Amino acid sequence: MKTLRDVKVGDTVQVVKLHGEGAVKRRIMDMGITKGVEIYVRKLAPLGDPVEVNVRGYELSIRKADAEMIEVE
Amino acid sequence: MDKQIRIALAGNPNSGKTTLFNKLTGSNQFVGNWPGVTVEKKEGKLIVDKEIILTDLPGIYSLSPYTLEEVVARNYLIEEKPDAILNIVDATNLERNLYLTTQLTELGIPVVIALNMMDLVKKAGDSINVKELSRQLGCRIVEISALKGDGVKEAALAAIETAKNGRTIPQHSFSGPVEHALAHIEEVTVHDRPEEQQRWYAIKVFERDEKVMEQLKIPADVRAHIEKDIAAAEKELDDDAESIITNERYVYIGQMLKGIYKKKGKGQLSVSDKIDKIVTNRILALPIFALVMFLVYALAMGKSVADGGIAIGTWLTDLANDVLGEAWLKEGSRAILEGWGAAPWLIGLISDGILAGVGAVLGFVPQMLVLFLMLCLLEDCGYMARIAFIMDRIFRRFGLSGKSFIPMLVGTGCGIPGVMASRTIENERDRRMTIMTTTFMPCGAKMPIIGLIAGALFGGSTWIAVSAYFIGVAAIVISGIMLKKTKMFAGDPAPFVMELPSYHLPAWGNVLRGTWERGWSFIKRAGTVIVISSIVIWFLTSFGSVNGTFGMVDALYEDDSLVTDEYVAQVADRMGIPEDEVEPMDDSILARVAQPASVVFKPLGFGDWKPTAATVTGLVAKEEVVANFGIMYAYDDQEGEEELEENGDQIWDKVAEDFNAFSGGHGKLAAFAFMIFNLLCAPCFAAMGAIKREMNSAKWTWFAIAYQCGFAWVMAFIVWQVGRLFAGGMNIVGLVIALVMLGLLLWQLFKPYKEAQKLTVK
Repeated sequence: MKTLRDVKVGDTVQVVKLHGEGAVKRRIMDMGITKGVEIYVRKLAPLGDPVEVNVRGYELSIRKADAEMIEVE
Repeated sequence: MDKQIRIALAGNPNSGKTTLFNKLTGSNQFVGNWPGVTVEKKEGKLIVDKEIILTDLPGIYSLSPYTLEEVVARNYLIEEKPDAILNIVDATNLERNLYLTTQLTELGIPVVIALNMMDLVKKAGDSINVKELSRQLGCRIVEISALKGDGVKEAALAAIETAKNGRTIPQHSFSGPVEHALAHIEEVTVHDRPEEQQRWYAIKVFERDEKVMEQLKIPADVRAHIEKDIAAAEKELDDDAESIITNERYVYIGQMLKGIYKKKGKGQLSVSDKIDKIVTNRILALPIFALVMFLVYALAMGKSVADGGIAIGTWLTDLANDVLGEAWLKEGSRAILEGWGAAPWLIGLISDGILAGVGAVLGFVPQMLVLFLMLCLLEDCGYMARIAFIMDRIFRRFGLSGKSFIPMLVGTGCGIPGVMASRTIENERDRRMTIMTTTFMPCGAKMPIIGLIAGALFGGSTWIAVSAYFIGVAAIVISGIMLKKTKMFAGDPAPFVMELPSYHLPAWGNVLRGTWERGWSFIKRAGTVIVISSIVIWFLTSFGSVNGTFGMVDALYEDDSLVTDEYVAQVADRMGIPEDEVEPMDDSILARVAQPASVVFKPLGFGDWKPTAATVTGLVAKEEVVANFGIMYAYDDQEGEEELEENGDQIWDKVAEDFNAFSGGHGKLAAFAFMIFNLLCAPCFAAMGAIKREMNSAKWTWFAIAYQCGFAWVMAFIVWQVGRLFAGGMNIVGLVIALVMLGLLLWQLFKPYKEAQKLTVK
């Protein structure tokens, strides 16, 4: 399974499914990361975590541990 | 009109909500907190109609039960039922903003949309069919530019009109299986709720929203019945109920916008993107961050302009202290009162007690304002979110936010603005943790204590000051890791999924208002606390009983019939000092209380009344600690001697002698323990006032202060007891207890820990 964590900086991917449950999953979805949406991985923070992505036309910061819940293709 | 109209302002963070609120209400605002939580609450009267109250809800992305802000907002909307919701929507970020709108329209409250930043959309060459959008959402839309003030009045009028006779019916529907389940739920569980709220409740029950389930108290058999419907929908759509709803909202918005929102095609990098490319660049981000932090520090708290630095804040505060505090308030009031022939004790109370205390607070105000101005600028231009992005990796390990860096940095100048700077932190748990630990940083007023100890016992070694900073940082790190595993902090999830808003030029109106709000809050809270506490401490040090007569000790000591040689010998014996060193203060209530209270500090190596009394007066202001030592060692600057240096230069020998005497020759160790305790224990009263203001809860305030004192005591205890193992003269019982404490500490530090998933705040 390929997750958002594995995506290289500069690549655009499409979300297949969200794993996990509860608060973190809901929060990720509330912010617009839902099935089928395109995510562009813009950069890594200087210390290597979190990652900055562009989704639905805005910039979002997400921790790598949480990015693992997002399955992409 | 029989009933006051209330309108709620709702919207995403960074959508221009604060700007719109300020434009709508002008100066008619009241700032406070939502009851019992650290979330700020603002209300104001509309400029267009002063009878109408506008409540600014916290900036939120959704109405989920998982973040405090969202819970606060939805409780208000469901329970207080405002007459209308003015929903500000950022047109440049339509999809995510409308996601909240789809939820707001289900609440049964009329909704008016203020479509902000349309000018930017047009400038980018995109177009939005506002009329069609309005039709599809089922609510009125007013195009505005909150920054320029365009359309703001129209939006207010539309909201008032809608509040009086509008109605919003949600236009979106969910897929077949979901609607089927919703119909069932509405039928069996929520029919006793107000009709217009039933849809919202039904959706929440479908989502298995715990807070709503708790509130509705659905009987087990009914619950089992609807659970079957929900499970059927989940099976059919292959996802959990909560995700199904979220997903379908976004799908609905995406389809709706297809015909409405015309994008000119994927554009080039915006200015904001270009700035961000440099500012959070992998290589440049940290140097830029360090530079920004350096500037904030140097401008507000560094070397004064008068001394060749760039700190406008320090310069203004020095001026205010010398002129306003010292000359006008203290000396000026003294002269006036003496002119009136007021009693000496009254002059003492007003000039030395109250006005000196007030002056000390007011003196800080210019520095605070400079500091708050810069923090508001950082926040308003969008850099604050990047700080969290850059520092997150380090700080989250200690249960703190990346934004906690700022309070800690500010805390090295003064703990009060440090505590107040925690307000920008997005998560309540991180915020509380930051409030509790910020004052561990050695603030400016603790420097003289460090100077005194270093000078008197360590030959002025700079390592003592370095160790003080190290101790401060270590205390924060250790406390963060330990506390996040405790019951008080466990339980709240901390999803760090954060928007990085576009950079923009600061809106000066917002920045100045924000600066003033924080500055005023500082004056008010810290002011009242310090006035009361300085009266109390003044009373404790000035009054006492001399040879059986109670009164002002200074006056009583003039009376030779009371202060007999025999009595002086008695006092000297009680305090353990030579007879010629007996001072009026030795009979003060403080000295009398400090003597037995010093037992508390016996296990820390400085169980003598002098350091005890100094520690107590340190609660008023940490600067007082050294000044108090001066008084207690009878250093009198009135009799032709020079004024006592800030770090107590002239009394170093006496301090060293004394610490060596009462610690059985381990003066260094005892003094170091004394310093640790004073660095880490409860801050001054003004800072405690700030903690109370930001915690907004008596329970949390006491918990914070008790924790700080307890932590300080344990740390000093360990240093003193374990230290004597190496320095000689160890106490086996003390050592064992210290090692047990150390063990417990380490166990709490390294025991495994799992992040919780539930929000426990009601």
